[in-house]
Amino acid sequence: MKKMLIVFSFLGFVYACNNETSSDKTSGTESTTKTTTDNGNPSYDPERGAGKFTNVDVKPELDKVMAEAGLKVYDVKCGSCHKLTDEKLVGPGWKGVTTRHKPEWIMNFVTNVDEMLNKDPKAMAQLELCLVRMPNQNLTDDDARHVYEFMRKNDGVK
Amino acid sequence: MNSSKRMLTILLALVALQWMSCKPKGASNAAAGGSAEKAYVAPGKYDEFYNFVSGGFSGQMSVYGLPSGRLFRVIPVFSVDPEKGYGYSEESKPMLMTSNGFVPWDDLHHVSFSQTNGEIDGRWTFGNGNNTPRVARIDNKTFRTAEIIEIPNSAGNHSSPFITENSEYLVAGTRFSIPVGDNQDVPIESYKDNFKGVISFISIGKEHGEMDIAFQLLLPGVNFDLSRAGKGPSHGWFFFSCYNSEQANTLLEVNASQRDKDFILAVNWKKAEEYLKAGKGVKKQVRYAHNTWDEKTHSAKHEIRTEVTVLDPAILKDICYFIPCPKSPHGCDTDPTGEYIVGSGKLAAIIPVFSFTKIQKAIADKTYDGEYGGIPVIKYEAALHGEVKKPGLGPLHTEFDDKGNAYTSFFVSSEIVKWNVKSLEVLDRVPTYYSIGHLSIPGGDTRKPWGKYVVAYNKITKDRYLPTGPELTQSAQIFDISGDKMQLILDFPTIGEPHYAGSMPASLIKDKSVKIFKIDENQHPYAAKGEKESKVVREGNKIHVYMTSIRSHFAPDNIEGVKLGDEVYFHVTNLEQDWDVPHGFAIKGALNAELLIMPGETQTLKWVPEKVGVFPFYCTDFCSALHQEMQGYLRVSPAGSNVPLSFSLGKKGADAAEKPASK
Repeated sequence: MKKMLIVFSFLGFVYACNNETSSDKTSGTESTTKTTTDNGNPSYDPERGAGKFTNVDVKPELDKVMAEAGLKVYDVKCGSCHKLTDEKLVGPGWKGVTTRHKPEWIMNFVTNVDEMLNKDPKAMAQLELCLVRMPNQNLTDDDARHVYEFMRKNDGVK
Repeated sequence: MNSSKRMLTILLALVALQWMSCKPKGASNAAAGGSAEKAYVAPGKYDEFYNFVSGGFSGQMSVYGLPSGRLFRVIPVFSVDPEKGYGYSEESKPMLMTSNGFVPWDDLHHVSFSQTNGEIDGRWTFGNGNNTPRVARIDNKTFRTAEIIEIPNSAGNHSSPFITENSEYLVAGTRFSIPVGDNQDVPIESYKDNFKGVISFISIGKEHGEMDIAFQLLLPGVNFDLSRAGKGPSHGWFFFSCYNSEQANTLLEVNASQRDKDFILAVNWKKAEEYLKAGKGVKKQVRYAHNTWDEKTHSAKHEIRTEVTVLDPAILKDICYFIPCPKSPHGCDTDPTGEYIVGSGKLAAIIPVFSFTKIQKAIADKTYDGEYGGIPVIKYEAALHGEVKKPGLGPLHTEFDDKGNAYTSFFVSSEIVKWNVKSLEVLDRVPTYYSIGHLSIPGGDTRKPWGKYVVAYNKITKDRYLPTGPELTQSAQIFDISGDKMQLILDFPTIGEPHYAGSMPASLIKDKSVKIFKIDENQHPYAAKGEKESKVVREGNKIHVYMTSIRSHFAPDNIEGVKLGDEVYFHVTNLEQDWDVPHGFAIKGALNAELLIMPGETQTLKWVPEKVGVFPFYCTDFCSALHQEMQGYLRVSPAGSNVPLSFSLGKKGADAAEKPASK
């Protein structure tokens, strides 16, 4: 009987070890980290970030309709934590954000917060400053685009 | 090899001993080693089934995973719950309103799932309130109570809320017969003349599940106990066990055990529907509450209804039939084919199994044994398929697997006995620890059981767990029934006293589970959609605070100008749009509880300050690294003071000086 027990506990140990090695793949909240991007680029592109937006079409001039819609989203979902100046509140102020990041990065960040905070160097550096993970506010793709346009307006694009 | 054989022999001997002594002993011989891994669900892995368990006298329902036995959630149903602010927030208070006013507790005994074609469809879970007769509907998308209906002419809503195979109706049969009608101030001794046992049929809306009392049946003054709907060939019928056919009203443990047989009541509800359509019902004036929760306004609505339609089966002869059933029957269970109805006499040493086909023939041939209270009594032998002989002591409830077998719980001999429905032959028995009441197989009350596990819900746990004072937890035990022999794989504690429970595959619910309430669909009249809309408004002596919460602050977080004599309403809107990020709200000295506000939701805490001073409020549900900073102050000044009403967030010293809070 004692022998049986030893065998069992050994089996359990092996099982646990196997489990551990396989579980680090699923750590973190969302999908696993892929080493290839959608366009076949083998490495992570820190300029673009992780997410569905690969190529955002941005006109040189401001789209006022979109910016207006973006303001509405800002008022409900963003304004609690982000000022439009460069003052940090809970999150960083938005002044100049469109000059610091590409549109793809911003739109990926606001729609895919968890993954970005887990692996994007710039997002992780920002989290070290703010110490509050940005809530995923469940923005639609359109919401994200509108907010980006509003950010451009805030940065003085006419 | 030899030693394990010896072990097995010892184990078998112990089991036999257990059975012979008919009372629970030594717990250490339970769960033979090596079977626990069947209940093991690795960290991060999902369970196969959701198990909804009645919380008994806690008034709540709890949700566990099977086979792990892990507790996922306690759903507040009939009792206030400070953890979630249920019954404390202004929005949820109406859910617990009754014709007697606000009743903050009940005794939840049974759960029932909505069905389509005799199978669980995963949409709603129902529970009964035993004491102040009520039935509740839980929305399986939100795991919250969506509706509660009170049952008039009823007392001790015990044989409830059992459901028909297309969710046409669920029933609410009274445990206590009571005086019904205009004059209810009658001597208790006049029980036999004045007391009636009423069964209510509650219809369920096809789309949204809304409940309505379709009709009531006026029946002799007995105690209705458990119930099951017919299915398949017996669809259109309902079966109820009842006791106290002696119609005693005192010392029932003796006086209600006089007769050798009590009854199972068979109800032809399709026939009742016909009579209802033909206008044979009588409208009675009553008062009962109907309360509904609206996920758009995040609020409950309470209304009083005043009329029910009553059918009298003593006049409308072909709705109801009594079938004799030995002795003080408790369980009354229909098998998956719908042909067999298993009665269980608490005090009987056999299990009678009735045949639906034979019942129909007996009715057609009028094979009666007289009448009881104007209802025909079918001859016992004419309805009987057969008896399971010497199965154990104190049979209570029976569930079924997918292979034609039945599993009956035995309270007195503390065991589960497996037997074949057709042959009535006993196949296997296992001890439970201890005094099992209900038992449950996933889908075991439907046409499609998943015969994988049976879970025992036990009344007593002496010796099983670390002692916790005079009271010990109740427990559930999971047995693997996939093989020929039942095998105990896990036991786990439960809340309250578990009665019936149901389980369904996780796939029926998991992907439909609500993650957030969309902020732009929030129609609460006091919602603040965005910090810009946060404000404080005085209306006479009422102060309405339109407050928002997001990681990690409230807006506003400084409020002044409230005076003694004011009633303060904190309407807190949670601006988060992320899964599992509720925020809480509590304020010092509130004679109430907290709020727990889901993402996108608005909830209101009423607070009547009784002292002058500055009162802190804070978030109660850990939300972020700066959760501890999620706080604020409210200043209360004496009545008649001239402190202006003001509110602010994030104003620094210089800004604050612009708006001095003067005396």
